[in-house]
Amino acid sequence: MKTLVDNQFRFHQTALNLQAYRQELLASNIANADTPHFKARDIDFKSALQGAMTAARSGVALQTTHAGHITGGASASAENYAKYRTELQSSVDGNTVNMDIERAAFAENALRYEASVTFINGMLRSLNTALTGQ
Amino acid sequence: MSMLNVFQIAGSALNAQSMRLNTTASNLANADSVTTETGEPYRAKQVVFAARPVAGPGAIGVQVTQIVDSAAPMRLVYEPNNPAANAEGYVEMPNVNVAEEMVNMISASRSYQNNAEIMNTARTLLQRTLQIGQ
Repeated sequence: MKTLVDNQFRFHQTALNLQAYRQELLASNIANADTPHFKARDIDFKSALQGAMTAARSGVALQTTHAGHITGGASASAENYAKYRTELQSSVDGNTVNMDIERAAFAENALRYEASVTFINGMLRSLNTALTGQ
Repeated sequence: MSMLNVFQIAGSALNAQSMRLNTTASNLANADSVTTETGEPYRAKQVVFAARPVAGPGAIGVQVTQIVDSAAPMRLVYEPNNPAANAEGYVEMPNVNVAEEMVNMISASRSYQNNAEIMNTARTLLQRTLQIGQ
Protein backbone atom coordinates (compact mmCIF):
# COMPACT_ATOMS: atom_id res chain seq x y z
CA MET A 1 0.00 0.00 0.00
CA LYS A 2 2.72 2.42 1.02
CA THR A 3 4.87 1.81 -2.07
CA LEU A 4 1.85 1.98 -4.37
CA VAL A 5 0.85 5.41 -3.07
CA ASP A 6 4.45 6.55 -2.99
CA ASN A 7 5.05 5.49 -6.59
CA GLN A 8 1.93 7.20 -7.85
CA PHE A 9 2.72 10.39 -6.01
CA ARG A 10 6.34 10.27 -7.12
CA PHE A 11 5.33 10.14 -10.76
CA HIS A 12 3.12 13.20 -10.51
CA GLN A 13 5.60 15.01 -8.30
CA THR A 14 8.38 14.44 -10.85
CA ALA A 15 6.09 15.56 -13.66
CA LEU A 16 5.12 18.68 -11.70
CA ASN A 17 8.75 19.56 -11.03
CA LEU A 18 9.65 19.13 -14.70
CA GLN A 19 6.67 21.20 -15.81
CA ALA A 20 7.67 23.96 -13.38
CA TYR A 21 11.20 23.89 -14.80
CA ARG A 22 9.88 23.98 -18.36
CA GLN A 23 7.64 26.91 -17.44
CA GLU A 24 10.76 28.71 -16.20
CA LEU A 25 12.61 28.02 -19.46
CA LEU A 26 9.69 29.23 -21.57
CA ALA A 27 9.34 32.36 -19.43
CA SER A 28 13.04 33.03 -20.04
CA ASN A 29 12.50 32.67 -23.77
CA ILE A 30 9.57 35.08 -23.77
CA ALA A 31 11.39 37.55 -21.51
CA ASN A 32 14.34 37.57 -23.91
CA ALA A 33 12.28 37.96 -27.08
CA ASP A 34 14.09 41.25 -27.83
CA THR A 35 17.59 40.36 -26.60
CA PRO A 36 20.15 40.13 -29.41
CA HIS A 37 21.93 36.76 -29.81
CA PHE A 38 19.63 35.05 -27.31
CA LYS A 39 19.01 31.39 -28.17
CA ALA A 40 15.65 29.93 -27.16
CA ARG A 41 15.72 26.69 -25.13
CA ASP A 42 13.20 24.01 -24.26
CA ILE A 43 13.21 20.49 -22.84
CA ASP A 44 12.11 17.29 -24.52
CA PHE A 45 9.47 16.55 -21.91
CA LYS A 46 9.06 12.84 -22.65
CA SER A 47 12.73 11.90 -22.36
CA ALA A 48 13.23 14.25 -19.40
CA LEU A 49 10.37 12.57 -17.51
CA GLN A 50 11.68 9.12 -18.38
CA GLY A 51 15.17 10.10 -17.25
CA ALA A 52 13.86 11.62 -14.03
CA MET A 53 11.76 8.51 -13.27
CA THR A 54 14.71 6.15 -13.83
CA ALA A 55 16.79 8.43 -11.63
CA ALA A 56 14.12 8.37 -8.93
CA ARG A 57 14.01 4.55 -9.06
CA SER A 58 17.79 4.09 -9.10
CA GLY A 59 18.29 5.80 -5.76
CA VAL A 60 20.11 8.89 -4.58
CA ALA A 61 22.56 10.53 -6.99
CA LEU A 62 26.02 11.06 -5.54
CA GLN A 63 28.33 13.89 -6.46
CA THR A 64 31.60 12.59 -7.89
CA THR A 65 34.74 14.70 -7.83
CA HIS A 66 37.16 11.85 -8.60
CA ALA A 67 37.21 9.03 -11.18
CA GLY A 68 37.30 6.41 -8.41
CA HIS A 69 34.14 7.66 -6.67
CA ILE A 70 30.95 5.58 -6.58
CA THR A 71 28.41 7.12 -8.97
CA GLY A 72 25.20 6.09 -7.16
CA GLY A 73 21.91 6.64 -8.99
CA ALA A 74 21.51 8.64 -12.16
CA SER A 75 21.28 12.40 -11.79
CA ALA A 76 17.70 13.66 -11.89
CA SER A 77 18.67 17.17 -12.94
CA ALA A 78 16.27 18.58 -15.52
CA GLU A 79 18.96 20.97 -16.74
CA ASN A 80 20.62 18.09 -18.61
CA TYR A 81 17.59 17.92 -20.89
CA ALA A 82 17.48 21.61 -21.83
CA LYS A 83 18.21 21.91 -25.55
CA TYR A 84 18.39 24.82 -27.97
CA ARG A 85 15.47 25.24 -30.32
CA THR A 86 15.98 24.93 -34.07
CA GLU A 87 14.96 28.21 -35.61
CA LEU A 88 12.19 28.53 -38.15
CA GLN A 89 12.81 32.10 -39.28
CA SER A 90 16.21 33.60 -38.71
CA SER A 91 16.45 37.18 -37.50
CA VAL A 92 19.24 39.65 -38.12
CA ASP A 93 20.17 40.07 -34.45
CA GLY A 94 20.75 36.32 -33.95
CA ASN A 95 17.74 35.89 -31.66
CA THR A 96 15.93 32.55 -32.12
CA VAL A 97 12.80 33.25 -30.04
CA ASN A 98 9.61 32.65 -32.03
CA MET A 99 6.88 34.29 -29.98
CA ASP A 100 4.02 32.20 -31.42
CA ILE A 101 5.74 28.93 -30.58
CA GLU A 102 6.75 30.10 -27.13
CA ARG A 103 3.30 31.39 -26.24
CA ALA A 104 1.68 28.18 -27.45
CA ALA A 105 4.17 26.05 -25.51
CA PHE A 106 3.68 28.21 -22.43
CA ALA A 107 -0.12 27.85 -22.53
CA GLU A 108 0.17 24.10 -23.17
CA ASN A 109 2.62 23.61 -20.32
CA ALA A 110 0.42 25.63 -17.95
CA LEU A 111 -2.48 23.33 -18.82
CA ARG A 112 -0.35 20.24 -18.22
CA TYR A 113 0.77 21.63 -14.88
CA GLU A 114 -2.85 22.17 -13.86
CA ALA A 115 -3.65 18.64 -15.01
CA SER A 116 -0.88 17.24 -12.79
CA VAL A 117 -2.20 19.24 -9.84
CA THR A 118 -5.70 17.91 -10.55
CA PHE A 119 -4.38 14.33 -10.65
CA ILE A 120 -2.64 14.77 -7.30
CA ASN A 121 -5.79 16.27 -5.82
CA GLY A 122 -7.85 13.34 -7.14
CA MET A 123 -5.42 10.84 -5.65
CA LEU A 124 -5.55 12.59 -2.30
CA ARG A 125 -9.32 12.62 -2.43
CA SER A 126 -9.58 8.89 -3.18
CA LEU A 127 -7.04 8.19 -0.44
CA ASN A 128 -9.20 10.21 1.93
CA THR A 129 -12.27 8.23 0.90
CA ALA A 130 -10.43 4.99 1.61
CA LEU A 131 -9.29 6.27 5.00
CA THR A 132 -12.68 7.48 6.19
CA GLY A 133 -14.23 4.26 4.92
CA GLN A 134 -17.83 5.32 4.47
CA MET B 1 11.00 26.45 -6.49
CA SER B 2 11.17 26.93 -10.24
CA MET B 3 7.74 28.51 -10.48
CA LEU B 4 8.78 31.43 -8.27
CA ASN B 5 11.66 32.14 -10.63
CA VAL B 6 9.12 32.88 -13.36
CA PHE B 7 8.17 36.03 -11.43
CA GLN B 8 11.78 37.17 -11.37
CA ILE B 9 12.25 36.43 -15.07
CA ALA B 10 9.06 38.17 -16.15
CA GLY B 11 9.77 40.98 -13.68
CA SER B 12 13.19 41.66 -15.17
CA ALA B 13 11.61 41.70 -18.64
CA LEU B 14 8.92 44.15 -17.48
CA ASN B 15 11.63 46.41 -16.07
CA ALA B 16 13.71 46.24 -19.26
CA GLN B 17 10.72 46.88 -21.54
CA SER B 18 9.56 49.83 -19.45
CA MET B 19 13.06 51.32 -19.73
CA ARG B 20 12.84 50.87 -23.49
CA LEU B 21 9.45 52.57 -23.45
CA ASN B 22 10.96 55.39 -21.39
CA THR B 23 13.74 56.02 -23.90
CA THR B 24 11.21 55.91 -26.74
CA ALA B 25 9.14 58.51 -24.89
CA SER B 26 12.21 60.75 -24.43
CA ASN B 27 13.14 60.36 -28.08
CA LEU B 28 9.65 61.24 -29.31
CA ALA B 29 9.32 64.13 -26.86
CA ASN B 30 12.68 65.53 -27.96
CA ALA B 31 12.24 64.90 -31.70
CA ASP B 32 12.54 68.65 -32.27
CA SER B 33 14.84 69.72 -29.40
CA VAL B 34 17.50 71.73 -31.19
CA THR B 35 19.52 72.39 -28.04
CA THR B 36 20.11 70.47 -24.84
CA GLU B 37 22.00 71.42 -21.69
CA THR B 38 25.30 70.73 -23.52
CA GLY B 39 24.32 73.09 -26.34
CA GLU B 40 24.29 70.23 -28.87
CA PRO B 41 21.08 68.99 -30.49
CA TYR B 42 19.36 66.04 -28.78
CA ARG B 43 20.62 62.60 -29.82
CA ALA B 44 18.27 59.63 -29.97
CA LYS B 45 18.86 57.12 -27.15
CA GLN B 46 18.64 53.37 -27.56
CA VAL B 47 18.66 50.66 -24.88
CA VAL B 48 20.93 47.61 -25.09
CA PHE B 49 19.39 44.37 -23.80
CA ALA B 50 21.44 41.45 -22.48
CA ALA B 51 20.37 38.06 -21.14
CA ARG B 52 21.24 37.61 -17.46
CA PRO B 53 20.71 34.54 -15.25
CA VAL B 54 18.48 35.41 -12.28
CA ALA B 55 18.57 32.05 -10.47
CA GLY B 56 20.17 28.87 -11.75
CA PRO B 57 21.00 28.00 -15.37
CA GLY B 58 17.38 27.72 -16.55
CA ALA B 59 16.13 31.08 -15.33
CA ILE B 60 17.40 33.77 -17.67
CA GLY B 61 16.06 37.27 -17.31
CA VAL B 62 16.79 40.48 -19.20
CA GLN B 63 18.89 43.39 -18.15
CA VAL B 64 19.45 46.77 -19.74
CA THR B 65 23.25 46.92 -19.82
CA GLN B 66 23.58 50.42 -21.23
CA ILE B 67 21.79 53.24 -22.96
CA VAL B 68 23.64 54.36 -26.06
CA ASP B 69 23.32 57.48 -28.21
CA SER B 70 22.21 56.74 -31.75
CA ALA B 71 25.02 57.02 -34.30
CA ALA B 72 22.66 58.17 -37.06
CA PRO B 73 23.59 61.46 -38.75
CA MET B 74 21.81 64.60 -37.57
CA ARG B 75 18.91 65.87 -39.63
CA LEU B 76 19.75 69.16 -41.38
CA VAL B 77 16.90 71.58 -42.00
CA TYR B 78 17.26 74.76 -44.04
CA GLU B 79 16.01 77.57 -41.80
CA PRO B 80 18.15 80.72 -42.24
CA ASN B 81 16.02 82.76 -39.83
CA ASN B 82 16.47 80.34 -36.95
CA PRO B 83 18.98 81.65 -34.35
CA ALA B 84 20.51 78.14 -34.15
CA ALA B 85 21.26 78.08 -37.89
CA ASN B 86 24.88 77.74 -39.04
CA ALA B 87 26.66 79.91 -41.64
CA GLU B 88 24.95 78.13 -44.56
CA GLY B 89 21.53 78.58 -42.95
CA TYR B 90 21.07 74.96 -41.87
CA VAL B 91 19.79 73.96 -38.43
CA GLU B 92 21.00 70.65 -36.96
CA MET B 93 17.92 68.76 -35.76
CA PRO B 94 17.93 65.64 -33.53
CA ASN B 95 18.57 62.31 -35.28
CA VAL B 96 15.28 60.86 -33.98
CA ASN B 97 13.52 58.68 -36.54
CA VAL B 98 9.86 59.07 -35.56
CA ALA B 99 8.63 56.05 -37.55
CA GLU B 100 11.30 53.85 -35.98
CA GLU B 101 10.40 55.09 -32.51
CA MET B 102 6.71 54.35 -33.04
CA VAL B 103 7.58 50.79 -34.09
CA ASN B 104 9.83 50.49 -31.04
CA MET B 105 7.01 51.72 -28.83
CA ILE B 106 4.52 49.15 -30.14
CA SER B 107 7.08 46.36 -29.86
CA ALA B 108 7.94 47.33 -26.28
CA SER B 109 4.31 47.57 -25.20
CA ARG B 110 3.49 44.17 -26.76
CA SER B 111 6.48 42.57 -25.01
CA TYR B 112 5.40 44.19 -21.76
CA GLN B 113 1.89 42.76 -22.17
CA ASN B 114 3.28 39.31 -22.92
CA ASN B 115 5.38 39.27 -19.77
CA ALA B 116 2.55 40.59 -17.61
CA GLU B 117 0.45 37.72 -18.98
CA ILE B 118 3.21 35.25 -18.06
CA MET B 119 3.16 36.55 -14.50
CA ASN B 120 -0.61 36.08 -14.31
CA THR B 121 -0.35 32.49 -15.53
CA ALA B 122 2.44 31.71 -13.05
CA ARG B 123 0.35 33.18 -10.25
CA THR B 124 -2.67 31.03 -11.16
CA LEU B 125 -0.49 27.91 -11.28
CA LEU B 126 1.07 28.68 -7.91
CA GLN B 127 -2.36 29.23 -6.39
CA ARG B 128 -3.48 25.83 -7.71
CA THR B 129 -0.35 24.28 -6.22
CA LEU B 130 -1.04 25.85 -2.84
CA GLN B 131 -4.57 24.44 -2.92
CA ILE B 132 -3.39 20.82 -3.33
CA GLY B 133 -5.22 18.60 -0.85
CA GLN B 134 -7.82 21.18 0.15
